[in-house]
Amino acid sequence: MADEPREFNAASFYTYLREGRLMGIRCRDCAHLSAVPRPLCPACHSRKVEWHQFSGKGQLSTFTCISIVPVAMGEQGYGRDNPYCSGVVTLEEGPRISARLLGVDASNPQNIQTGIAVVLELENLDQDQPTLAFHPA
Amino acid sequence: MVASVKKRRLGRPVSIVGAGMSHFGAFRGKTSRDLFVEAFQDLMDNLDQGIDVEDIECGYVGNYSSELFEGQGHTAPIIADWVGMTPAPVTRIENACASSGSALREGVMAIASGMYDVVLVGGVEKMTGLPTEGVTDVLATAADVLYEVPAGLTFPGIFGALAKAHMDRYETNLDHLLKVGIKNHNNGALNPKAQFNVTIRQIMERRQARAEQRGETVPDWKDELDFLNDPASNPWIAWPLRLFDCAPITDGASCLLLVSADIARNFTEKPVQIAGMGQASGRPLHDAEELTSLSAAKHAAAQAYQMAGITPQDVQVAEVHDCFTIAEIIATEDLGFFEPGEGPRAVDEGRTALTGDRPINTSGGLKSKGHPVGASGVAQVIEVFHQLRGEADARQLSNPNLEVGLTHNVGGTGGTCVVTILRRG
Repeated sequence: MADEPREFNAASFYTYLREGRLMGIRCRDCAHLSAVPRPLCPACHSRKVEWHQFSGKGQLSTFTCISIVPVAMGEQGYGRDNPYCSGVVTLEEGPRISARLLGVDASNPQNIQTGIAVVLELENLDQDQPTLAFHPA
Repeated sequence: MVASVKKRRLGRPVSIVGAGMSHFGAFRGKTSRDLFVEAFQDLMDNLDQGIDVEDIECGYVGNYSSELFEGQGHTAPIIADWVGMTPAPVTRIENACASSGSALREGVMAIASGMYDVVLVGGVEKMTGLPTEGVTDVLATAADVLYEVPAGLTFPGIFGALAKAHMDRYETNLDHLLKVGIKNHNNGALNPKAQFNVTIRQIMERRQARAEQRGETVPDWKDELDFLNDPASNPWIAWPLRLFDCAPITDGASCLLLVSADIARNFTEKPVQIAGMGQASGRPLHDAEELTSLSAAKHAAAQAYQMAGITPQDVQVAEVHDCFTIAEIIATEDLGFFEPGEGPRAVDEGRTALTGDRPINTSGGLKSKGHPVGASGVAQVIEVFHQLRGEADARQLSNPNLEVGLTHNVGGTGGTCVVTILRRG
């Protein structure tokens, strides 16, 4: 079972995340890396992609602190008086990915610095609906 | 700018001969079909030489999400019926907020192909039937629901992240964003069809007057910027974006009558030609080439400039997709009006105002005119159509030699961009 190949799709991405691994793809033809798994290489369109585990270390490239929240985030208690932070992380291997940013004060975004080192957040991972999140290193 | 694009041309020239728009706003009880009928009647009432609806051969209607907003799919044949076009073929085009920009493009190609001579294009969106959280969810489906939405990113959130990246890279600050909104409201105040046809100063003064009437402490805002920097009057939506950085939630419809250029003068003495057209796709922000630009806009612009045989400096009036204030600044850079990072300074210097050398969003833009997402692309073209024909009333630009205008219509967070160049005559 452990060696059963997984499809290069979001279901597999989130299954790996539940297991504590940030898995994207590497192209066997052009070595391009993508944090988002997909069956065709986004750089050279080759079908020869393979799973690639990312270290989970990266840098915060940009972010936003959201006060007007979607319904699902509202149900978790976020809203006008309790914003949350999301952004784009550039992984140390190069690719970028969208993610939540935990462990920062989203009510004071002027104190959050882009460029800071961040690491994959695996604690408190919701096993039913895992969310990709990072926190300051 | 994008290095080079293949030279493309229309199979035959296409002209716009008429335009119609509903009022933009929040209209309880009105559905998509009612809004579209209002726009269509406006077109028919203002078409210089008139037309029988039976002579309209085909139609394309932009609509983002009638399913999620209204519970109604398959919108096009209903609209065809409501305006009297049945059994003519009418097709719905969906490209998020660029739906009607794309519908226009399809209509132009239908005529350029030689298949049709007279085509209706338009767009419609009924958004205010849902509460704000519901609208936020619907708009978020225009982003990547597998990787952006689960990360908590909303539509304003993604533009907030773009704004933060622009602020980091260039000298952009929060006041630059607010000044875009002030400028667009100044224009929208002159547009009777705008959802908010009122200046920010008027909004501020009304609130002061209301406080005084109620015997409350009157806020001592000294000017618009002071008012907009007060978190009580301008709360955060997705930092660094505030309420007045965001286009509103709007109901509305828009339409244009397109004809083969060789018969345009049967309809009007003042046709406006489609001089250039471009459309491109782009990736989610995390896979974008840059965090401070929308690559689809650069590609679409390069195609449109190439087809029209002009440069950005030839454009005299433009409507750009200011779904958020930062989006207008980035648009003016992506379109080549200003160098990357120079957009904010152009705002500071008043260059994009009605009286500036590069007027942007004379209609009030999405910010003040309103943003019924599926209708916005064609509504942008309507403003340029009126400007080039000298019939923009109080908003009419003083330049007596207006020849060339441009529209820039973005779908989602840059997944689609449509750029259209219009020329008088």
